[in-house]
Amino acid sequence: MSIPRRRAGRERPSGGFELYSWYFFRISGLLLIFLAVTHVVIMHVVNTVDEIDWQFVADRWASPFWRAFDWLMLILALLHGLNGARLSIDDYVRSRSWRVFAYSLLWTTALVFLVIGSIAVLTFNPDAFGVDASATGS
Amino acid sequence: MKTRLVPTREPGPATLSTRGFVAYRGYRPPPGMLSWALHRITGLGVLLFLLLHIVDIFLVGYGPEVFDELLFLYRHPVFRIGEIILVGAVYYHAANGVRIILIDFWDKAARYERELLYGVIAVFLAGFIPTAVLMVRAMIR
Repeated sequence: MSIPRRRAGRERPSGGFELYSWYFFRISGLLLIFLAVTHVVIMHVVNTVDEIDWQFVADRWASPFWRAFDWLMLILALLHGLNGARLSIDDYVRSRSWRVFAYSLLWTTALVFLVIGSIAVLTFNPDAFGVDASATGS
Repeated sequence: MKTRLVPTREPGPATLSTRGFVAYRGYRPPPGMLSWALHRITGLGVLLFLLLHIVDIFLVGYGPEVFDELLFLYRHPVFRIGEIILVGAVYYHAANGVRIILIDFWDKAARYERELLYGVIAVFLAGFIPTAVLMVRAMIR
């Protein structure tokens, strides 16, 4: 019988959903460092809320690259954040009925925001608003 | 030899008996405690903004009139200060996240706990100071 080498690092979940969640938390976190920091620099430093308006978003989403970028970031950020909220509920919400309520609210929020976020990014069509197409550069 | 408890996640205030802040007088928290609390607070804060942000970006699909009408909110000075705090929260969460991953996957990381924390602070400041300067400059321009 072999004795597994004791890890010096922190313990991690032994398996099942919690282990997947543990890995997802870290992998999505690494991807989000790249995605979110790029997003922050472009949308909050290089451009600011003074420049950003509907037309700005329409121009940006004329490119499939930025749509894919934004959609990937949306999905990863939302699931990463809600996973954090899930662990917080696990830590702080003690009574059984409040836990049922909090988890129900959490999963409902996840579903609703994943759907409306995806609709926003993927189905956007600037031509539907009769805006001069030459102005959008598309 | 002292036994060291190895928690499944970083220890939080829940592991301490809390009787108000008086109980903490003269207490010097271990390096992981404050960074843990900040990681959770910044994470939940950014999540809250993300939910609001999804709602506003959903309104892009309703056309320029609807979306641009909403932008007075984000252009308000209070929101622009909040925007700088938001960016700071994202930067801290990112830098500290790397520290957590290092501790999880690199056996020797526990030996350099304090150094890693100083590294997080250094990376955060190196990113946040120039960003904040540029954002404040754009705001008062």
